[in-house]
Amino acid sequence: MSGRGLSVFAVLAVLGGILSGCGGEEFSEADKATIASLSLASLPAVPTDPSNRYADDAAAAAFGATLFFEQRMSRDGDVSCATCHLIDRQFQDDLPRAKAVGLNNRRTMPLAGVAYSPWQFWDGRRDSLWSQALTPLEEPVEHAGTRAGYAHVIAQHFADRYARIFGPLPDLSGVPERAGPRGTPEEAAAWQKLDAGKRREIDQVFANLGKAMGAFVRSIELPETRFDRFAAALAAGERPEGDAALSPDEIAGLRLFIGKANCATCHNGPRFTDDGFHNTGVPVVDGLPEDLGRQSGVLQVAEDPFNCEGAFSDAGPDDCGEFRFRVREGPHLVRAYKTPSLRGAAARPPYMHSGQFATLDAVVDHYATAPAAPAGQSELHPLTLSERERKQLIAFLGTISE
Amino acid sequence: MKFKWLYLIGLAALLALGSYFLSDMGMKPKPELDLSRSRASENGVYVVAVAPEAEPIKLGELHSWIVTVQTPDGMAVEDASFEVDGGMPDHNHGLPTSPKVTENLGDGRYRLEGVKFSMTGWWELSFDISAAPGSDSVTFNMVL
Repeated sequence: MSGRGLSVFAVLAVLGGILSGCGGEEFSEADKATIASLSLASLPAVPTDPSNRYADDAAAAAFGATLFFEQRMSRDGDVSCATCHLIDRQFQDDLPRAKAVGLNNRRTMPLAGVAYSPWQFWDGRRDSLWSQALTPLEEPVEHAGTRAGYAHVIAQHFADRYARIFGPLPDLSGVPERAGPRGTPEEAAAWQKLDAGKRREIDQVFANLGKAMGAFVRSIELPETRFDRFAAALAAGERPEGDAALSPDEIAGLRLFIGKANCATCHNGPRFTDDGFHNTGVPVVDGLPEDLGRQSGVLQVAEDPFNCEGAFSDAGPDDCGEFRFRVREGPHLVRAYKTPSLRGAAARPPYMHSGQFATLDAVVDHYATAPAAPAGQSELHPLTLSERERKQLIAFLGTISE
Repeated sequence: MKFKWLYLIGLAALLALGSYFLSDMGMKPKPELDLSRSRASENGVYVVAVAPEAEPIKLGELHSWIVTVQTPDGMAVEDASFEVDGGMPDHNHGLPTSPKVTENLGDGRYRLEGVKFSMTGWWELSFDISAAPGSDSVTFNMVL
């Protein structure tokens, strides 16, 4: 080869190397390992829930499914879990803030794969699916009911099903139709008038309803996506084709996601979440009361009588590690919210804990500009992304949503 | 000759550009981290060693470490008390859990429970140690 030919060859080789590093199909071994770690194939079996002895009981899960769609499980008989957790909409409602008996301050979270999360709600104020399920039932703007009221509903309509799973219901004669510690002042007073033994029996019924619903929600799985098929082909050393193929822009977006855009720092693992709480400087919504995120969530979970260490938990002394070793205080908790899974996210705007952003464009804008947090300190660093790169990132998110 | 020079200049420019892009898109290099799992505490009161009870460390899972505390002359430090802290300096957040020393195993060995690393990257794990020889601190770097 002549000197000139050699130079041309070298230039082409270097050019080829650069192109393959920016959007081509050759991934480094490290990238391949990261891509595999994000794939559904890396998802372990659903973790056990030692706090719920009915967690994997099929009859309890079926009963939980009935309760999930049951509108009588509300003050006025017009709200069920499925009012906001819509089965054909990834078990969420597409609204910035959930709407049931009243308007909530937070956005409804989707339910697929939630059994893997050690903490429930945006602020982690509950530590199991069953204690989570109980909370909206008594929330004035959600189901607005009382635990005594729910015990009566079960006695009237589901006594046999309940008894087959949990044993006979307690005697509810003399128990008011509406009584519960989190209800209106009248309902709370009626609850206090009951003797401690009766309150305890009703609490146990209430906990059991939560455990049935928790068993149902545990069974909601994350569906396979095009990205998972792409990752499987890549891991097998095959060329991803057909319904496993990603377009050049989607591949470039994937590279950004696991590389320069730092998304996979928090959105890691097969569910695209670290299950942690982070302040990302999400703006406040005008008119809403102060929202401190995890800072208040961690206090609430400690006070919850249905937590992992509480009297209604089936957990042994060593089963509550996440609760026992929770971070109780510190500046990092202020306005820190749970990292949501990004699976399915492209198909369910709006985004953030109160639906602050209407589109993924707005979300990417927020992450790129990294504004100061309204309270506490944002963990974000500003990011330079071209228009094309923004579109590529969003294109990649589409591949984990279909 | 003229063409050859042009190609060489072009080649050099492309190499520079290429190495910029390939080096993490031009991010500034991090200083070398000391990743040793045994080190002297800041004021030299203790020599502290840490080891996970099981390896490899799995991301996102609670696990335990064994912390061994000795004096610089190799004597086991008994009845030490610990304050544990840490986090990710690059991301301005602390540890996702609040690990605690839950058991004194004797011979200067202690079990640290409730450790969890929730993401890859550089983590710090720090101990404030108090025992008969005095109070001192030590920080370990981990890269996952």
